Amino acid sequence: MRKLMILLLTLLPVSLPAAGGGAGGEHMKEAPVNLQDQVSLQKGAQLFVNNCMGCHSMDYLRYSRMAEDLDIPEELVQKHLNFGEGKVGSSMTNAVNKDEAEDWFGVAPPDLTLVTRRRSPDWVYSYLTGFYKDDSQAYGYNNHVFKNAAMPHVMADMEQELNEEQFNSAMGDITNFLTYAGEPHRQESERLGVYVLVFLFILLIPAWFLYKEYWKDVD
Amino acid sequence: MTRLIDWVDARLPVVEAFRKHMSQYYAPRNFNFWYIFGVLAIVVLVNQLLTGVWLTMFYSPTDAFESVQYIMRDVQFGWLIRYMHAVGASAFFLVVYLHMFRGLLYGSYKPPRELVWIFGMLIYVALMAEGFLGYVLPWGNMSYWGAQVIISLVGAVPYELIPFISAAESKEIGEALVTWVRGDYLLSEATVNKFFALHVVAIPIVLLALVVLHILALHEVGSNNPDGVDIKKNKDENGIPKDGIPFHPYYTVKDTVGVVIFLMLFAVVVFFFPDGGGYLIEKPNFGPADPLATPDHIAPVWYYGPYYAMLRATTFDIFMSAKAWGVIIMGGAILILFLLPWLDRNPVKSIRYKGWLSKVALMLLAADFLMLGWLGTQPGSELRKFMAQLGTFYYFGFFLVVLPFAHRFEKSKPVPERVTGGH
Repeated sequence: MRKLMILLLTLLPVSLPAAGGGAGGEHMKEAPVNLQDQVSLQKGAQLFVNNCMGCHSMDYLRYSRMAEDLDIPEELVQKHLNFGEGKVGSSMTNAVNKDEAEDWFGVAPPDLTLVTRRRSPDWVYSYLTGFYKDDSQAYGYNNHVFKNAAMPHVMADMEQELNEEQFNSAMGDITNFLTYAGEPHRQESERLGVYVLVFLFILLIPAWFLYKEYWKDVD
Repeated sequence: MTRLIDWVDARLPVVEAFRKHMSQYYAPRNFNFWYIFGVLAIVVLVNQLLTGVWLTMFYSPTDAFESVQYIMRDVQFGWLIRYMHAVGASAFFLVVYLHMFRGLLYGSYKPPRELVWIFGMLIYVALMAEGFLGYVLPWGNMSYWGAQVIISLVGAVPYELIPFISAAESKEIGEALVTWVRGDYLLSEATVNKFFALHVVAIPIVLLALVVLHILALHEVGSNNPDGVDIKKNKDENGIPKDGIPFHPYYTVKDTVGVVIFLMLFAVVVFFFPDGGGYLIEKPNFGPADPLATPDHIAPVWYYGPYYAMLRATTFDIFMSAKAWGVIIMGGAILILFLLPWLDRNPVKSIRYKGWLSKVALMLLAADFLMLGWLGTQPGSELRKFMAQLGTFYYFGFFLVVLPFAHRFEKSKPVPERVTGGH
């Protein structure tokens, strides 16, 4: 039994440094991710569409899916978030020509649907809040967690207008939204997971007693 | 119902088959915890086959990365099916490694079970091929670079060891074979298409056939047990082993408990931690394959870790390149397991009655394998390279020295006539 427990414990997920994980070191900050905070997700969606989507697409998320998951009426999505002529069921793409974008920035701005999974929510949050002035760079800014990033500090105006807390909170909302977009079914998965575990636990009870009943006569 | 069974039975021996393999298959009554993993491997196999069939309905090798995202987002419960399949692959290796370790603990590969072990090893090799092919299919960046590394090994095999083939010709043969495996001059869609066919049709057929052979061979000679005692030596007047109990219903009800507990653990990972902190689905695989962006650190999935560590630990280039030696050592580490029934010359089967030297050596092997596995997933350093070299040395030392000779230097305990303990 003791051996069994030890084995079970080793099977439990522990927080190990991820294989092939990103760097960042001292400048890494913990992202305020809360997928249940619909207001934050809605704000994040709005900020993303207004500030990021000019260059970065979100190819694998549909407007309709976002509307449903974030509890935004489809009319509002179509009016305020879907700037193209696209249908509500279409993917959140943009009109940037990747080749031209590569000419402008040196690299084409990557699609961000899965960025929080490729990096991590903490990395994205640290990146968004990690710009600092550096005149040696083409666009006048450098970044603490992504050295010599090609991206200009597009939120520079916002950072000046808002106080630090407000700005961090806004970047937190974007990170939260990107975390949602990386795995839209996360909450459904955890809800379903609890039901499955409860079912299996209930199934375990008769299975256990059936075993005990049959094995009474062995030995 | 009875009439239907009678009708079928007159034409196909279903009742006889059920008796032979279930209700009149006598298994030792003293199976312990370690004996659940064979059944669990079948459970995971069924999981992989069913989820695999459904994934095949939506996956497209010509739009590999996009179609996986389509499955994850637009297909009803696609995310669940895909996570079950991806986590299932790791679960498969976990239960197979524990199943194999059970064999080492209790000498299950020893006569008369050599064929059971050989079929098992063939399953393991087929599984590694299946795992590798499947890992390439999502066509993420780690799929791409992992495939790049592994396929290049085909070119590193020292073909010059074949008579009349020069080193230059060997290189040419290697390159031609790599091109043939890729199906293109570069890793490309052609490779994904090819791997898809192999992953969903060819290897599964081989795997299923081997599983049938593994079980048929086992049921012919009967199961070993934690005492390593042959239960067929003590039979009652009806010819039934005194220490045997019918597999059905005794082990079917007992295994049901184990299966449910396993499914609970499996569900915890699938629903709550599907990428396993980057160990089950690696972070670079959330970006599409990109020949221009090499990941910082190319690591195989954990279950290939030990062999990859051995490959990297091989740095001497005497008479052949270090990579060629690495391929030989890596291949040798797998091939040597096939020879276990003949390498183990200890007259005692079970670890319970072996001397302390064998016990300590086997525990060290387990620790060594875990260490190599960990090293295989980590970026290299001088210290780690040295640890991997030490680990590789011990791995081969165990099979070539400890197993054949340890019993001469230790005192075994007497093996009982009958199995001990209950269940």
